[in-house]
Amino acid sequence: MLSRRELLKSSFMLSTAGLLVPKALLAKVDPALLGTAVKELPEGTLEEQILEALPGKKPLIKKTFRPPNYETPVEYFNEVFTPNNAFFVRYHLSNIPEVDARTWKLTISGDAVEKPMELTLEDLKTKFEQVEVAAVCLCSGNRRGLMKPHVPGIQWGYGAMGNARWKGVRLKDLLNRAGLKANALEVVVDGADTGVAAGTPDFIKSIPVWKALDENTIIAYEMNGEPLPHWNGFPARLVVPGWTATYWIKHITSIQVVSKPYDGFWMKTAYRIPLNKFPVVQRFLSQETAVNTPITEIMVNSLITNLKDGQTFRLGQLIEVKGIAWDGGYIIKKVEVSTDGGKTWQEAELGKDYGRYSWRQWFYRFKPAKKGTYTIMAKATNSIGQTQTFELIWNPAGYHHNVVHTINIKVV
Amino acid sequence: MLRVLTAIATLTLVAYAGEESIKLKEGEGKALVEANCISCHSLDYIQMNSPFLDKKGWEASVNKMIKVFGAPIKQEDVPKIVEYLTKYYGKKE
Repeated sequence: MLSRRELLKSSFMLSTAGLLVPKALLAKVDPALLGTAVKELPEGTLEEQILEALPGKKPLIKKTFRPPNYETPVEYFNEVFTPNNAFFVRYHLSNIPEVDARTWKLTISGDAVEKPMELTLEDLKTKFEQVEVAAVCLCSGNRRGLMKPHVPGIQWGYGAMGNARWKGVRLKDLLNRAGLKANALEVVVDGADTGVAAGTPDFIKSIPVWKALDENTIIAYEMNGEPLPHWNGFPARLVVPGWTATYWIKHITSIQVVSKPYDGFWMKTAYRIPLNKFPVVQRFLSQETAVNTPITEIMVNSLITNLKDGQTFRLGQLIEVKGIAWDGGYIIKKVEVSTDGGKTWQEAELGKDYGRYSWRQWFYRFKPAKKGTYTIMAKATNSIGQTQTFELIWNPAGYHHNVVHTINIKVV
Repeated sequence: MLRVLTAIATLTLVAYAGEESIKLKEGEGKALVEANCISCHSLDYIQMNSPFLDKKGWEASVNKMIKVFGAPIKQEDVPKIVEYLTKYYGKKE
């Protein structure tokens, strides 16, 4: 099962990052790396999380070792595209094989496929049109740690997300090559990672056929111009722009087109949101019940990235507020900034547009007229009128936190 | 050679990239919790999800591990595990 190389690498990790490191030397997470999340995360999270580097990655905020869950420090979000080696890592299952690209195969099958196929990485790169899309990859539970009351799960702060240029082939082109039957309903996707206990449900997700046929939905083998890092799905992963990362299956191995709703645990029970609580346009109707529905689109959201909570400025100094805004692909229309705790709002200047699924940078500059504390807030609105909330829309699994971000600064 | 490699693989499963540094709080039931939880995930999952779950919350989590994720935990051990988690990692009143 495990390759020799993998074993050698694992034992190497063991001696470098494991047993030989005294506990006192483990890097505590500098609160600045967490942004304002430091004020809201559970105490236990703040105590246990450390700054730790996975092989090939920069030190990230380790939430859990196994399965590996590592958050990107907020400072990286000052860049439009999140560097691959700082991109967050999220796994549900801890058997994560290091896939050999030379022997890797992607199978396309299912009861609603005309001609089942098997493709190599070379096939993907040579037999289909190559496309690239800039898109935010955002964990459904990003900011879960900020839920009040807290809910169990990975206690993410702001950094279970990243923005990248994903290159690969359209899922639509693969499916058309295989041929869909008229009764095709969902496309079921599985990756190489598995659980440890025999009874652990494999992490398998489905998307509606219409979303699979969207020209932006791709099987990506490159991220920001480089092969996908192991921890982000090497050699290929599903990219579903506009939808949360739960569907972006890493180390993809199989695609099945089926005529009935897929009823595995990760669809039927997990990753569900209560009905009618969130403004959702793209619904996954074949999976919807009378009380809940699978999470789909990313909610409109924004983050202040350059200021630190409590940061001090001199009176007379020009203050720049910088951040990012994103949504499920409806285009960010405006970002408003308040410097007085929400009493008045001014429009920020939007940065370069990298496409509807990328996040967009924004800037706002102001010169405070007097000394004191300034409460800075940012609020994004998209072109279909959706905007962020001031009051948390609490839900039991802790998804879709898009409460307006607030930072206090001092002018002295 | 194969045996050596298997030994490394087994060890790796328990000691994934530095997780030996995790120390749960001393108390009755700690060994039982460690023995049962560590086969599928690192123990920082417990620390991270604290202290906000009450007894019912921890009970639900342990039962989810058994019923949903197939954790091979003996039914008679469940109350002791829940007791430890509630006492040392439970919601503060």
